[in-house]
Amino acid sequence: MDLQIALLLGQDGITNGAIYALLSLALVLVFTVTRVIFIPQGEFVAFGALTLASFQAGKTPGTLWLLIGAGVAVALVDITLALRSGVFRRIPGIVGWNLAYPALASAIVFLLKPSEFPLLAQIVLALALVVPLGPMLYRLAFQPLAEASVLVLLIVAVAVHLALVGLGLLFFGAEGSRTPAFSDASFDLGLVNVNGQTLWVVGASLLLIVVLGVFFERTIYGKALRATAMNRTGARLMGISTVMAGKLSFLLAALIGAFSGILIAPITTIYYDTGFLIGLKGFVGAIVGGLASYPIAAAGAILVGLLEAFSSFWASAFKEVIVFTLIIPVLVWRSLTTRHVEEDE
Amino acid sequence: MRPRLLLAGFLGLLLIAPRVVSEFHVTLLNYIGLYAIVALGLVLLTGVGGLTSFGQAAFVGLGAYTTAYLSTAQNLPGWCVALGGSPWIGLLAGIVVTTLVAFVLGLLTLRLSGHYLPLGTIAWGISLYFLFGNLEFLGGHTGMSGIPALSLLGFELRESRSFYYVIWAVVLVAVWLTQNLLDSREGRAIRALKGGVVMAEAMGVDTARSKVAVFLIAALFASVSGWLYAHLQRFVNPTPFGLHIGIEYLFMAVVGGSAHVWGALVGAGVITILKQWLQDWLPRLLGASGNFEMIVFGVMMIFVLQRARDGLWPILTRFVPRRAAKRELPHGALLPKKAAPEFGEVLLEAKNVFKRFGGLVANNNMSLTVRAGEVMALIGPNGAGKSTMFNCVSGVDSATEGEVLFRGEVVSALNSREIARLGMSRTFQHVRLLPTMTVLENVAIGGHLRGSKGVLPAMLHLERGEEASLLAEAARQIVRVGLRDSMFELAGSLALGQQRTLEIARALCADPCLLLLDEPAAGLRYLEKEALAELLRKLRGEGMGILLVEHDMDFVMGLADRVVVMEFGEKIAEGLPEEVQCDPAVVEAYLGGVD
Repeated sequence: MDLQIALLLGQDGITNGAIYALLSLALVLVFTVTRVIFIPQGEFVAFGALTLASFQAGKTPGTLWLLIGAGVAVALVDITLALRSGVFRRIPGIVGWNLAYPALASAIVFLLKPSEFPLLAQIVLALALVVPLGPMLYRLAFQPLAEASVLVLLIVAVAVHLALVGLGLLFFGAEGSRTPAFSDASFDLGLVNVNGQTLWVVGASLLLIVVLGVFFERTIYGKALRATAMNRTGARLMGISTVMAGKLSFLLAALIGAFSGILIAPITTIYYDTGFLIGLKGFVGAIVGGLASYPIAAAGAILVGLLEAFSSFWASAFKEVIVFTLIIPVLVWRSLTTRHVEEDE
Repeated sequence: MRPRLLLAGFLGLLLIAPRVVSEFHVTLLNYIGLYAIVALGLVLLTGVGGLTSFGQAAFVGLGAYTTAYLSTAQNLPGWCVALGGSPWIGLLAGIVVTTLVAFVLGLLTLRLSGHYLPLGTIAWGISLYFLFGNLEFLGGHTGMSGIPALSLLGFELRESRSFYYVIWAVVLVAVWLTQNLLDSREGRAIRALKGGVVMAEAMGVDTARSKVAVFLIAALFASVSGWLYAHLQRFVNPTPFGLHIGIEYLFMAVVGGSAHVWGALVGAGVITILKQWLQDWLPRLLGASGNFEMIVFGVMMIFVLQRARDGLWPILTRFVPRRAAKRELPHGALLPKKAAPEFGEVLLEAKNVFKRFGGLVANNNMSLTVRAGEVMALIGPNGAGKSTMFNCVSGVDSATEGEVLFRGEVVSALNSREIARLGMSRTFQHVRLLPTMTVLENVAIGGHLRGSKGVLPAMLHLERGEEASLLAEAARQIVRVGLRDSMFELAGSLALGQQRTLEIARALCADPCLLLLDEPAAGLRYLEKEALAELLRKLRGEGMGILLVEHDMDFVMGLADRVVVMEFGEKIAEGLPEEVQCDPAVVEAYLGGVD
């Protein structure tokens, strides 16, 4: 290996690492607020990328049907509950978010031609279809079990992952897709050629991290999420709705996931089940940070990206084996350093 | 009688099934059997032991690939040529390989606490899957074919109808072994893993060892299933050993009822049949091909966990009258007792113990002694640090500074298990028992260190003599504390006061010379308190040393020989009950001073 290859691999590693870092942030966020280990994170990556690809191919993305279906299911559950408890003033809100919004989205997809939109509008529309699935999923799968143990929530998360992968296959088929790069620019830095998409990925990740930082530090909703993460009961006593916090954290996770998918779709071919492995690598980063620390999680994720890039050079067949075996020493280290209060059953 | 009839009916159906159903259904039953063996391991590991694993499919793969490699390889390295060819050698080798791999993985991942463990299983589940697919000598992603058929007593089992009997014999043996194990001393230790680790350790159970044991058993069940699979299919590739299949195994256990042995069979049956049916219908319905049954399984799983977290088996058994539990008093040979210490011998000596939690000093320079044949009471207002002191003495927690001696031996550095072995036994302020086990079984955990038979004899029920002695001893202690009428009730159904009494019986079952009781009288009614005081007096008369934390002043003053009073982590008074009661510092601590 010479310096040039090393730099090339490094560039690859940092690009992927930036994506893993974003995902690891979302995982830490969801876990601290809801105690859900969010295995389906990767499916949002795939859904984001493939929805955008569908627009560009002039097809109707299947995620639209999922949005409509999930919206109807949430509306049914919530309206039944509202009627039963006699809180009628909730109904317009429920109908608006879960029925009217998907209807509006379908109108845009069917009446206008998204395939002729500029890229930016296509991206916004793809996000608009995929991101609301996050809170709807929380409502349907996790909210009824909000007080269950971490292990039960984990099994539910795995079940949700399974269902979403199956739906992904149904919606997008087994073929992979790529989307055009945001920019074709490339910069020659002497030894190495940095291409524009890499800069986009790294830049957008950094920007998103900063925005999240501001959100958590400066806004009342961000503070509410942090409060819920620290102490659910305490937050509830202060008037913070844990349901709201759960939905908001899922919304952010879905946004980060779908956006990551859109960022990397020009670099790697995305299949319906690609998201899972991408998400799990974000996980390794998140676990390095003990599912609690944002900066350590991000650093861990970058490390995973680099490790993956270099092991694909030396032992490409064993790339995944190496990355996932790495989790085990990290896990052991984590559980030795965090003093665990037993009996959380 | 009815459940026995049902079992007989089930066995009869199993026996005649291959003669009456079609080839296709025999194959389906074969697969149900194979999956049930893996799910059974998960019942033990996850449902009973509380250790969630998504990685069992990898162990199935280990069993399958080991036998596939050994029975097909043409050019084995010289030293293992003798191993090649026979499926039976493949079985043995699979067991050895799986034991080694599972042992290493277990040592690494079972140390993981809480949710880190299942994440660890996902990680090695994926790693092993990619390893199967990328190793040249295992045929890569295309797999290996030409695996010989199993032959038994000269018969080649080439047909699925004949293989059926082998599979289901293994299933039934596995069920028998699992049930035996759960109904034993080691089984009680395993059942304590879920939500009772601190208690079990304090009773002398090596919970880390129990965890490794269930992990190995579950892995070996999976490996044997893989061995059967390889010789049934006579072809292996990595696909059936991936993470998604590992998830499916867990689903089988959860859907069937992960805490019930028969739940594994129900779960394997339901999921396998449903999968077959969905794989037929969904692609037609959706007009595309693919594994769409995942969608249904995922949604079903969410529904099960939201609505019926205990799975199908408990729902099914609601329609069958339960066999009346055995209610006769267990009989067995007397267990040997430790030599009792001399009357008046110093049993426990704590010297200048400090315990700090960050900046908070919970115990500040605490010293106390307990002698054989006396009741020493530790009293003080709420938050004075009594329970912390208790935890430091019994090894549940370790003191930051200072020394604890038990019968002249320094025990400060020992854990609660080792201290229990020396003859100290305790109860907990917040009752720690296993609510779904009977009072008898709960108390028998206390006698854990008085038995010695391990997991293997337990699985084969070769330890019935020792087991009878343990249960008889537990029953004696239950009668002694006056819980005879509730001996066969579930511990969770007792009133709080009775649960405290149960804890005392459990502590006594360990044959201790020093008894640590953390608020034993809280929640007891007057007459129960009288009876408890009477029991403690009797124990004291037999030479037992008793250290008591209590709030009830009447109870303490009528019983204790000496009293130590704590406030804000410090000892403020020590002496005879009457002296302490008049001590101005004590009066101030309890009633507040006059400013």
